[in-house]
Amino acid sequence: MAQTKTPIISFQNFSFQYRAQKQPTLHDINLDIYPGERVLIAGPSGSGKSTLAGCINGLNPYANPGKATGALTVDGVDVMHSSIFALSAHVGTVLQDPDGQFIGLTVAEDIAFALENSCTPQDEMHAITRRAAELVGIEHHLDYAPHELSGGQKQRVSLAGVMVDKVRVLLFDEPLANLDPATGKQTMELIDAVQQKTDTTVLIIEHRLEDVLWRSVDRIILMGEGRILADLHPDELLSTDLLAKNGIREPLYLTALRYAGVEITPQKHPAHMDTLVLDDADTAAVRRWFTAESLPAAQPAPDPLLEVRDVSFGYDKSMHTLQNVSFAIGKGEMVSIVGRNGAGKSTLSKLICGFETQDSGQIFLNGQDLQGVNIRRRAKHIGYVMQNPNQMISQTMIYDEVAMGLQGLGLTEPEMRTRVEDTLKICGLYPFRNWPISALSFGQKKRVTIASVLVQQPELILLDEPTAGQDFKHYTEIMEFLRGLNRRGVTVVMITHDMHLMLEYTTRALVFCDGALIADRSPAAVLCDPALVERAALKETSLYTLANRCGIAPAEDYVERFIAADREVRNHGC
Amino acid sequence: MAAKTVLNYLPRESVVHRLTGTTKLAFFLLFTFAGMITYNTWLLLGLLAVSLAAFKLSRLHYKEVRFMFVFMLVFLLLNNLFIYLFDPNQGTALYGTRTVLCHLFWRYDITAEQLFYMFNITLKYFVTLPVAILFISATNPSEFAASLNGIGVSYKIGYSVAIALRYIPDIQRDFHAISQAQQARGVELGKNEPFFKRLKNTVHILLPLILTSLNRIDTISNAMELRGFGKNKTRTWYTRRPFAKSDYAVMALGAALLALSLGVTIRYGRFYNPFM
Repeated sequence: MAQTKTPIISFQNFSFQYRAQKQPTLHDINLDIYPGERVLIAGPSGSGKSTLAGCINGLNPYANPGKATGALTVDGVDVMHSSIFALSAHVGTVLQDPDGQFIGLTVAEDIAFALENSCTPQDEMHAITRRAAELVGIEHHLDYAPHELSGGQKQRVSLAGVMVDKVRVLLFDEPLANLDPATGKQTMELIDAVQQKTDTTVLIIEHRLEDVLWRSVDRIILMGEGRILADLHPDELLSTDLLAKNGIREPLYLTALRYAGVEITPQKHPAHMDTLVLDDADTAAVRRWFTAESLPAAQPAPDPLLEVRDVSFGYDKSMHTLQNVSFAIGKGEMVSIVGRNGAGKSTLSKLICGFETQDSGQIFLNGQDLQGVNIRRRAKHIGYVMQNPNQMISQTMIYDEVAMGLQGLGLTEPEMRTRVEDTLKICGLYPFRNWPISALSFGQKKRVTIASVLVQQPELILLDEPTAGQDFKHYTEIMEFLRGLNRRGVTVVMITHDMHLMLEYTTRALVFCDGALIADRSPAAVLCDPALVERAALKETSLYTLANRCGIAPAEDYVERFIAADREVRNHGC
Repeated sequence: MAAKTVLNYLPRESVVHRLTGTTKLAFFLLFTFAGMITYNTWLLLGLLAVSLAAFKLSRLHYKEVRFMFVFMLVFLLLNNLFIYLFDPNQGTALYGTRTVLCHLFWRYDITAEQLFYMFNITLKYFVTLPVAILFISATNPSEFAASLNGIGVSYKIGYSVAIALRYIPDIQRDFHAISQAQQARGVELGKNEPFFKRLKNTVHILLPLILTSLNRIDTISNAMELRGFGKNKTRTWYTRRPFAKSDYAVMALGAALLALSLGVTIRYGRFYNPFM
C-alpha cells in the first residue's frame, strides 16, 4: 500500500562526512520512507544513526559542517541545498535530553518558541499553543517552569513545541534515555497517539529495542558502521540473529525462547509480547527448560557494611524527601536502588556520602556512626561516581586525574605512584596512563572517574546511573568491569532506571516510592510483582509475562534461572 | 534541587509583577539615578520609603532574598571601612565642622560629621537595593527580553540575556553537584577547610563546570536553531504585554522622583547639613 505513494524522505546513494572526520560517517545510504510510516532506526553507538537523523533535520551540514554526496529529499525539500530553517517547517525534532532543549521559562513559552520565531501574531500564537498542549496532554501545566516538571512532562512539552509547526515528519533522537521505565512506556504511547491523530511520519532513533516495541512500528532499520544492514518488518528482523550480531539487545522473551529451543519465525509475530503466537509445543519447551535448569544456590547473608537506620530528611522542613528509611547493605554485595525520578534515590546517596545531613536517624559504616564525619573523611570508605563523567573530570591527563584523590593524604611520591598505577591496572587503564582524557571514549572516561574514586580504596562505591545512554556493548563493558571490582571485594551500590541492569547484575533491589523504602527484595521478585512495579514506576519484565503464559509458577524462579543461564551464555558464548 | 538559588525570578501575584519588564527596567534606572545624585538625608529617607513600599507591594519575602542582602551588607561594611581608613576627615571637609566624639589613634578620630556622612552612604545603598532586587526577582526573564526588544535592542541580544538568566539556577545546581563530588574525592572544598586551600581547589570545580556548560550551550543552540531561532529579522513574543495605566504611572513616578532629586540638588546642593 505504502509503496505506491511517493516517499516523504528519500536517500539516494547518500554519503556524509563531517569536516572534522577523516572518514565518511555515512556510506552510500539508499532509503525511502513513506508518509505515515513509523520507523525505528536502531544501531550501536557510532553506527551513524544520529548522523542520519542530523541529515534529515538539517543539523548536518548546517550546524555541524560536513560534505555530502548523493541526494536527499525530505518532504520535497532538497536538504543539501536548503537551510535548517526551511527544514524546520517540515521536520520536528525532539532531542535526547528534555532538559537541555527546554528553551522557554515556562511550558507555554517553550511550546510557542517556534511560533515566536515565525512572527506569529500573539492571539493566534496563544490559540495554537493551547491546541498543541492539548494534543500532548500538558494543557494544565502551561505556566509551569521546567524544574517543576517530571521527565515525561518535559518530553510532552518538547513534542508540543515541534507540533505547533504542522510538521509532517517527527524525529525522535533517543527519546527514552534518562526516563524511568514507566515514563518510557508512556512516551511510546504518546508518540503512538500523536502519530495517529496527526498522521505524521515518525522516525525513532533508539537502541533500547524492547522498550520502543511497546507500541508497534512498521519497519526497523538496523545500522552499523555507517551503512544500512537491514530494513525489515519487526517480525522479520526479530526472527534473524542480526540484532545480536550487531550489538543490539533483542527483547528478553525472545532470548528466553531461543534458550528453550523454540524457533522464532515471522509467523509467530515476535515483535510484541501480546502478539506473540506460542503453541503448546513451544510452552512445553519453555517448561522443560525451566525444570532442567538449576536455580543458583542462595548466598549466605554477609556481615553488614553500611546500615541506614530510620533516616528522615527534607530539603525544607515542611516536606520530607525521605521518611523513616532503614536497610543494611552487606560486605561484597551488589545492590540496585530503583524508583521514579524524585522518589528520594539521589537524596539517599547524598546522605550516605555526607553531602547533606539527615534530620533524624543514623547511618553506620562498619558499625560506626557517621554523624559528624565530613565528606572528605567519608570518601576514604565510600566512593561516589556521578552519572556524567564530564562533571567529575578536572585534569587533562589520566594519571593526574586519578592521583588527585590522593593529595593531602601525606603519601610520598613513590607510594602515590604505586597506588595510582595499581588502580589503573585494575581498571584496565594502565596502557593509557599518559594519555590525555579527551582522547577517551565515554565508557573509558567512566572508568577514569571510577578509578579516581577507587584510588582512595573505598569499601563501597555508589554509582548514579552507571550506564545511562550506553548501547549494549558499552553497557556490558561497564557492568562487567563493575562486577570484576565486586569480585575483588568492593561493595557496589547503583542507582538506576535500567531494569536489565538491576536484573542481571544485582542480587538485591531497594525500591523507593515517595521517599519511602517500599521493597527490599531480589530484582526478579520485584519485577514479578505487578502492584509493586506499578507503584514504583518500574517496568514489568517480559519474562514474567512469558512465564505466566507458559504456566510457570512462581514466575520469579523462572526469571532467576533465565538470568543465570544468560550470564553463562554471554560469558562463554561471545 | 537542593542547591539554594540566588538571583532568580520569584513569581508572585503582585502589582510589581504585573508591570511590564520595560517599566521595571526604566524605573530601576531612573530611581537609582535619583538616589545616586543626592546625599540629602531627608530625600534619601523619602526614597527609602518608596523603595521599601515597592518591595512590600511585590509580596517577596526578605528570607527569599536574604543572600543578596547579606552580600550587600558585607560590601557596604567594607566600603565604609575603607572610606574611613582612606579619609577619616571627609565628613569634616563636607560639612565644615568637626565634632570629635572620641579619639582612636594617629589621625583617626571618630567625628559626628564622618558618622553622618557614612550614614548617608549606607542609606543610599538601602535605597537602591530593594529596587535592584525587585528588578532581578520580579521580572520574568523572557519578558525582560521582550521588553529590551521593545525599546529597540536586537532580539538576539535580548534573548541571550534571557537564556543566561534562565540557566543561572541550573549552573548553580551543577556547581553544587560538582563541588560535592570533588569533595567526595578528597579535594578540600568543605566549610571546615582552610580558606586559601578552598580557593585554590575551586579550579577543580571550574573545569568540569565549564565543560558541562559548553555542552549545555551546544544542545540549547541546536534546539533553538531547529525551531527557527534567527530565521527572521524580528520575532513576536508570547509574553509581551501592552503597557497598562499602572506602567505609565510607575514610569511617571520614576521620572518625578528623578526630577525631585535633581531639583533639590540644584536648589539646595547635594548635602543636607545638620551641623551648621
